Amino acid sequence: MRISNLSSELAKIIGKVNKVLTPKVSLWSICVWLLSLVIALPIIVVFASIFFPSEDIWQHLIDTVLGIYISNSLLLMTGVSIGVLLIGIPPAWLVTFYRFPGRSILEWALLMPLAIPAYIIAYTYTGLLDVAGPLQSLLRETFDMRYGDYWFPEVRSLPGAMVMLSLVFYPYVYLLARAAFLEQSAAAFEAARSLGCSPLRAFTQVGLPLARPAIVVGLSLALMETLADYGTVQYFGIPTFTTGIYRTFNGLGSSVGATQLAALLMVFVLSLLLLEGYSRRKSAVFEAGYRRPASRERLRGGRLVLCYFACVAPVVFGFVIPFAQLAAWALVTFENIFNASFFQLSLNSLILAFSTAFFALMLALFVTYAKRLSGGFLNETAIKILSLGYAIPGVVIGLGVLIPFAWLDNEISAYTLKNFNFNMGLVLSGSIFILIFAYLVRFLPIAINSVDSGLAKIKPSMDEAGRSLGRSPLTMLRRVHIPILRGSLLTAVLLVFVDVLKELPATLLLRPFNFNTLAVRTYELANEERLAEAAVPALTIVLVSIIPVILLSKSMAKSDYKNDEITRA
Amino acid sequence: MSSKTVFPFVLGFFWLLTGSIFAAEVNVYSARGEDLIKPALDQFTRDTGITVNLITENASALIRRIESEGVNSPADVLLTVDAGRLYRAKEADIFQSIDSVILKARIPVAYRDIDDKWFGLSLRSRVIMYDKSRVDASELSTYEDLANPKWRNEICIRSSSNIYNQSLLASLIAHVGAGAAEEWTRGLVANFARSPQGGDRDQIRAAIAGQCKLAVSNTYYLAGMLISDVEADVEVAKQVGVFFPNQGGDNESERRGAHMNVSGAGVVKTAPNKTEAVQLLEFLTGDFAQKFYSEVNNEYSVRSDIPVSEALRGFGDFKADSLNLDTLGRNNDSAVRMADRAGWR
Repeated sequence: MRISNLSSELAKIIGKVNKVLTPKVSLWSICVWLLSLVIALPIIVVFASIFFPSEDIWQHLIDTVLGIYISNSLLLMTGVSIGVLLIGIPPAWLVTFYRFPGRSILEWALLMPLAIPAYIIAYTYTGLLDVAGPLQSLLRETFDMRYGDYWFPEVRSLPGAMVMLSLVFYPYVYLLARAAFLEQSAAAFEAARSLGCSPLRAFTQVGLPLARPAIVVGLSLALMETLADYGTVQYFGIPTFTTGIYRTFNGLGSSVGATQLAALLMVFVLSLLLLEGYSRRKSAVFEAGYRRPASRERLRGGRLVLCYFACVAPVVFGFVIPFAQLAAWALVTFENIFNASFFQLSLNSLILAFSTAFFALMLALFVTYAKRLSGGFLNETAIKILSLGYAIPGVVIGLGVLIPFAWLDNEISAYTLKNFNFNMGLVLSGSIFILIFAYLVRFLPIAINSVDSGLAKIKPSMDEAGRSLGRSPLTMLRRVHIPILRGSLLTAVLLVFVDVLKELPATLLLRPFNFNTLAVRTYELANEERLAEAAVPALTIVLVSIIPVILLSKSMAKSDYKNDEITRA
Repeated sequence: MSSKTVFPFVLGFFWLLTGSIFAAEVNVYSARGEDLIKPALDQFTRDTGITVNLITENASALIRRIESEGVNSPADVLLTVDAGRLYRAKEADIFQSIDSVILKARIPVAYRDIDDKWFGLSLRSRVIMYDKSRVDASELSTYEDLANPKWRNEICIRSSSNIYNQSLLASLIAHVGAGAAEEWTRGLVANFARSPQGGDRDQIRAAIAGQCKLAVSNTYYLAGMLISDVEADVEVAKQVGVFFPNQGGDNESERRGAHMNVSGAGVVKTAPNKTEAVQLLEFLTGDFAQKFYSEVNNEYSVRSDIPVSEALRGFGDFKADSLNLDTLGRNNDSAVRMADRAGWR
């Protein structure tokens, strides 16, 4: 009697839950689509440019430089791919599975190059290695040689750009590869070893394939940054797709032509993203309950030397050397640049970075959670479209934001003028609001990527359990998912934070009056060819970025520690 | 209260949030870097009590921003560092004519727009610089001669994406014709010591390091190196000779004088603070601002009564090309395309 009562009661409850849930699910979808539409507005504006005539610019581009733009961009992407994989994966493997003195320091130090903007590493290495730099000058003086008597690699060249970008973008691969290696069950690795696999074979046959999806994500982040980079290739004088977009805009004065080039770039990136999604279609890797990290093997002798080379070289070349050069310059020019307004600059940068990171996290949680709740092809597609922003040069995003918002502002003004005889001017344009909006368009993808990959690892059965216990999705999020996701959420926030600190082109175009950031200041001084003076704000960007990077590493170390705890328990 | 009466108040509140509206102010969109204009603007505020709001960015982007913002754009004044961009702004119809006795009296006709839509504020010349230890000034003559095969692998010049190179090429198109200019561009590219990279100062440094004998640069870059805090730059700059091309020769074209460019400004058509904007332009041609341009950034004043900075004086006197500056803007597009065709990166 009681049991049948209970079961009928339960059936009622399930019915209610279903009723509540079903419309909620579609509501989620609608919200995600609306949000995606708003965020994707600039991307849509850029895309719509295809339908505008652009006179004979395309014919001119095709006849002259387009081929060079495309081939250089592809070469650069290939070079950077090889670079970031070679530099990023080995240390991730080594710090996860081996024991050696200094391991715990290197583990986080390997992330440090994230704090250095690509254009700044380009300035510093040029300053050092250029024909007029101290190294070549010393060479000439010491051996009484003249230029041309000796061979020296040209820094400002395509290979030079590949190296520079690889040095600052490899941490994306390292970060994701390391997380993937940590999550791998130690048993798999140990089984491989006990079956007679050499450490190298265990790495290539077991570790690498399991980590592949994560590595691909890291690689795609690095490549999107590469495509969006303007500062480095411009300074090196390499005609790429991105410099071509700027040249078409600034030189030929055609914003339509420039946005059309950007649209072409977007089509290319979208196909890459779809390809990447396709390659990941079968991999649904969930947390395998209690993981046990490998007991780390100790390294000795020649192997230890090799290991140090793989782990120390990226930090030295990607961080220590550029940092030292910046510091040396800053010492000379410190007094000229460092004044009261300098704190205002830093404060502006911090406020923008914090608020963007916060909004990015909220939106990323919303979008990925909606995808988890309702799933489906449509939501997947919405997320793909949102991801495009990361590969688009900042100036194009800026234009894409500027045009629709100025239009909206003017429409509202016209309306109020007509109906209330009151002109309110431009409210959104030229405000911090659209600046943050532009940052979100550009950087939301990294936040979504981090949160999504974290969420994907939580078994759906956990949600089902929670829901069958009558927990609302929101409670599930708060009580179950967020605690598990802490690492991924922190990663999302910190990556966005650092990226906003470094961002330049959209900031230049959209910022309000009398509002400068550290990146803007660096650029202005560098643009006036006062690199030594530019070093002070540049150094500040690096120093401020180090804090989140260290936090990021600490959180990584913590998750590692937790695993050890679990093992011991 | 009906919604029709409440609504304006709500909007008004937001409007107040967006900026101060009562104090006298002027909004400046500047392609000149902050360091190279802000001190003059600050002095303007001290003199007049008018607040100056400033945004810096490159000229193309600022023109696009003003266009997008339309009738409600807050921009009053657009400052650029190149005549070609002033012309482009005029063509985009974002400037208005300004009838100012002061501006007309202070700025020579050659350095302001024929319709009074823009006004030159400072001058610079783009010249040939050479390593004094390896080149004798007598070997140099004209811009045209830079395409002479005797300079094979000896010329350092930055990318043609740079506005100053576009304007130089635009002036050549005007003087020697499109056909000869195209040939010149190819000859110049053939003489490159290296593929274009870095800025003007980098070209000067490369010349002294021995990678090339000649560098093409604006005058103020070398002057800035001479008075730099960075000792290495001062050492390099001392070894550099400055040659003003096209000073003499057999025909009018060869004697036309060194290529000149202006930094200048115009008042935006939709300027909400036109009076203050004109006041600012007048101030920028006044003694304080002109001395600032001359002393801080080593530019030549548009006024003949302002002394040339010490560093510039060392470069000597020269004859300036009197080409109408609108021409630089008119030929800009052809110049960029010509450079694309010739493979000048």
